[in-house]
Amino acid sequence: MIRRIYRYCQAIFTTALCIYLGVAQAQSESRRSGFDFMRSATQAMQRDDSQNPGMLWVRQGEQLWNQSAGSQNKSCASCHGTANTSMKGIAIRYPVFDERLKRPINLAQKINQCREHYQHTTPWLLDSQSLLALETYIAFQARGLPIAPTRDIRLQPHLDRGKELYEQRLGQLNLSCAQCHDQNAGRQLGGNPIPQAHPTGYPIYRLEWQTVGSLQRRLRNCMTGVRAQPYALGAQELVELELYLAERARGMTLETPAVRP
Amino acid sequence: MAVTFIKAPANARRGEIIEIRTTIGHDMETGFRPGDDGRTLPRNIIKLFTCHYNDVLVFSAELFPAVAANPYIAFHTRATESGTLLFTWEGDNNFRHSEKINLQVT
Repeated sequence: MIRRIYRYCQAIFTTALCIYLGVAQAQSESRRSGFDFMRSATQAMQRDDSQNPGMLWVRQGEQLWNQSAGSQNKSCASCHGTANTSMKGIAIRYPVFDERLKRPINLAQKINQCREHYQHTTPWLLDSQSLLALETYIAFQARGLPIAPTRDIRLQPHLDRGKELYEQRLGQLNLSCAQCHDQNAGRQLGGNPIPQAHPTGYPIYRLEWQTVGSLQRRLRNCMTGVRAQPYALGAQELVELELYLAERARGMTLETPAVRP
Repeated sequence: MAVTFIKAPANARRGEIIEIRTTIGHDMETGFRPGDDGRTLPRNIIKLFTCHYNDVLVFSAELFPAVAANPYIAFHTRATESGTLLFTWEGDNNFRHSEKINLQVT
């Protein structure tokens, strides 16, 4: 009798577990990368490294990685060694909390900090060709890994601010990020599909830009699109938005360099 | 110094048709776009792409301002004998970039 009850309980437990896992699966599957919204031609372009123009930036980044700079004549490789081991799981953790500035910074800002404090040279302009190339090269080392932002209690207020910004209406069109990318994702806007706003492939090669661009460029683009005054490149608000988007995409695969229309 | 990548087989059978894919990083500035200061940016494009197979021209293409940045050119050729493939891109402002690869024909 006891054994029968035990078996019965076991069956219920197994069924419940299956349902739970099923739901979890469905939840994770409801999140889709921008890749899934693209036309097959653009997808093919991203998949094949010999067709993906973003690989040009990876190649250039590799050169910059080994190129000495500054008064100490140090390259990235002098401290970090080969990028494919030392930078393997790095890009998926960003933005991170910075001890010096006491606020979150993204990968581009971290590279510039390295240039300033360790290479003793001038930081690059944000969104300059060199910075994007090095950023793409570093992020490329984490391609295929799940996005895993650092869990840091000090990031929490910034994460909350990011979420607020995501849901805040702005601009003359009075639209928030969430209104397009949560409520209307998958529908069309001016001939292009609206993706779910998961930053899975940054820096991306955007066919419209005909170049590689950062997530901040994309965010500023959206802000101009709703006729708002965009935040300046490197602004705290944009980094906080990046932080929230990274958290929202936790577990999704990094595709850098992605190709988007 | 321009960044390029070329995808071509390293080995081929004699008489086999091989596909070669090339990409070069180049702005392909049309000469019609205004810059940040409102003034028109001067034209800066690649005008000619050639491929020489053991010094014989096997493929060439003329490029125009309507070609997008970072031109991707793919073409086929027949593997006849072992040797080198020389790719050259030429353009405005005396732009010239060459790359060489080896092909082993068996």
